[in-house]
Amino acid sequence: MSNSVAVLGVGMHPWGKWGNNFVEYGVKAARDALADAGVPWKDIQFIAGANTMRCGYPGYVAGATFAKALGWNGARVASCYAACASGAQALNTARAQILSGMADVALVVGADTTPKGFLAPQKGERPDDPDWLRFRLHGATNPAYFAMHARRRIELYGTTEQDIAEVRVKNGKNGLHNANARYKKSFSVDEVLASPMVADPLRLFEICATSDGGAAIVIASNEYAEKLRGKGGVSIEAISTITPTYPSTQLELPDLATDSAAAVNVPTMNFKPAMIDAAYQEAGIGPEDLSLAEVYDLSTAMELDWYEALRLCPEGDGHKLLRDGDTYIGGRVPVNPSGGLSCFGEAVPAQALAQVCELTWQLRGQAGKRQVEDAKYGITANEGLFGHGSSVIVKAN
Amino acid sequence: MSTKKVREIKSAREGWFTLDADNPRLLGSQCDVCKTYYFPQHAQYCRNPDCESEEFSVIELSSRGKIWSYTNAGYPPPPPFVADDPYEVFAQAAVELEKEKLVILGQLAKGVTVDDVKIGDEVELCIETLFQDDESDYQIWKWKPVNGDQA
Repeated sequence: MSNSVAVLGVGMHPWGKWGNNFVEYGVKAARDALADAGVPWKDIQFIAGANTMRCGYPGYVAGATFAKALGWNGARVASCYAACASGAQALNTARAQILSGMADVALVVGADTTPKGFLAPQKGERPDDPDWLRFRLHGATNPAYFAMHARRRIELYGTTEQDIAEVRVKNGKNGLHNANARYKKSFSVDEVLASPMVADPLRLFEICATSDGGAAIVIASNEYAEKLRGKGGVSIEAISTITPTYPSTQLELPDLATDSAAAVNVPTMNFKPAMIDAAYQEAGIGPEDLSLAEVYDLSTAMELDWYEALRLCPEGDGHKLLRDGDTYIGGRVPVNPSGGLSCFGEAVPAQALAQVCELTWQLRGQAGKRQVEDAKYGITANEGLFGHGSSVIVKAN
Repeated sequence: MSTKKVREIKSAREGWFTLDADNPRLLGSQCDVCKTYYFPQHAQYCRNPDCESEEFSVIELSSRGKIWSYTNAGYPPPPPFVADDPYEVFAQAAVELEKEKLVILGQLAKGVTVDDVKIGDEVELCIETLFQDDESDYQIWKWKPVNGDQA
């Protein structure tokens, strides 16, 4: 059975450090997505919001917050939180409504306003919260975790510091042509390597910033879409939001330790490849079918992890794919033609949706100077705290 | 005779490790049924999806392990971490315990830098002060490289 739903419209509020209320970004993105879809807000039957933890109560009930701001229309509503995968989980919730026949057309919105500096835990003494403890006991920031994975690439796979800096160079070039990107500046490898060390071996320009931004998507049943616009267009063929499988032996945010593998054998696939594999299986495609990918480059080195999780190359060969030029625009499978998180910074609940917005523009041939030629299938890859992650496969019909 | 009060030595996480300065140990737990290990301790429902045990024993974990990976904090981490003033860069490591097949995070001992270690190096547990208040020094476990000349 196909799980296909139509993408009718996408919209974004540009990423930046605007300092305004997150609702403003979400509503702007939603109105753009509705206009792009040609669907009036009052026709939307289901609205899903991706929550933000940093903007008070309205952020915890984002679906209702955006619905009220757009003007209550009596639609069913849901609000989702799944750390960095919140947007994808909201999208999957809306998709389930459509596939079950509960709704024909739905709006999904995520937006955030972020503070400066390291993402820190919420205030107060919370000794039962691993997110609080990792800061308290070890000073382990998000970049510390990214850096430990990057260090393993370097010592075990032979990736060089120049390789990971090159990821920033590639994404910087792509982002120059994206009006929604926050950083529109290209760097040389030397400039990246000259930026201050934040968490060895990762430098300031290799670690994703936190940003304000908003993204929205209108999805519908294929029948509704065909009536509205005829055949063709872009569709979502898979959304993977699976959990890891026990025992999870890769040290992940925000844990103080891994699961033990003493009593139970490790699963055949780690979390990232397992999550991607679930998306491939749902869509009935494989890595050879991909035209492009938008992946979570929370660090430059993490982009290389995704090359391997996507099975674009064998494990450990990520840097070779980059050196061969395969993941540049014009290469075999361009990765992060949007500029990625390098150029956006992370607006947590909007980011997984922004990835789908980019794939939609690419698959429609509307990506301007960053266009990937003849794109047929695109995939997103995303991972966050507490065992959350997502992968969405989008297709041009 | 000095009337100065003796500073108290306290654990930054009561019950998570022994305060034995010579041979400190992390206190983990083990499921009585499937024998899987936990750190921090786990005492309610076994997280092995094939195990329904609710019985666990507190155990001392291996005090030595091998570096799984490492990094450092180039900038002062934000609260609730209490950063030194003036700030000094410190290193962190995730260490794999062979017997328990667990990877446990910790700081590297004071003065150990990222240039002093490699993945796979053997390290052992030590205790150092994490932060202080007016009366007490709060202790935390850290990892320090095992020197060849040590017994």
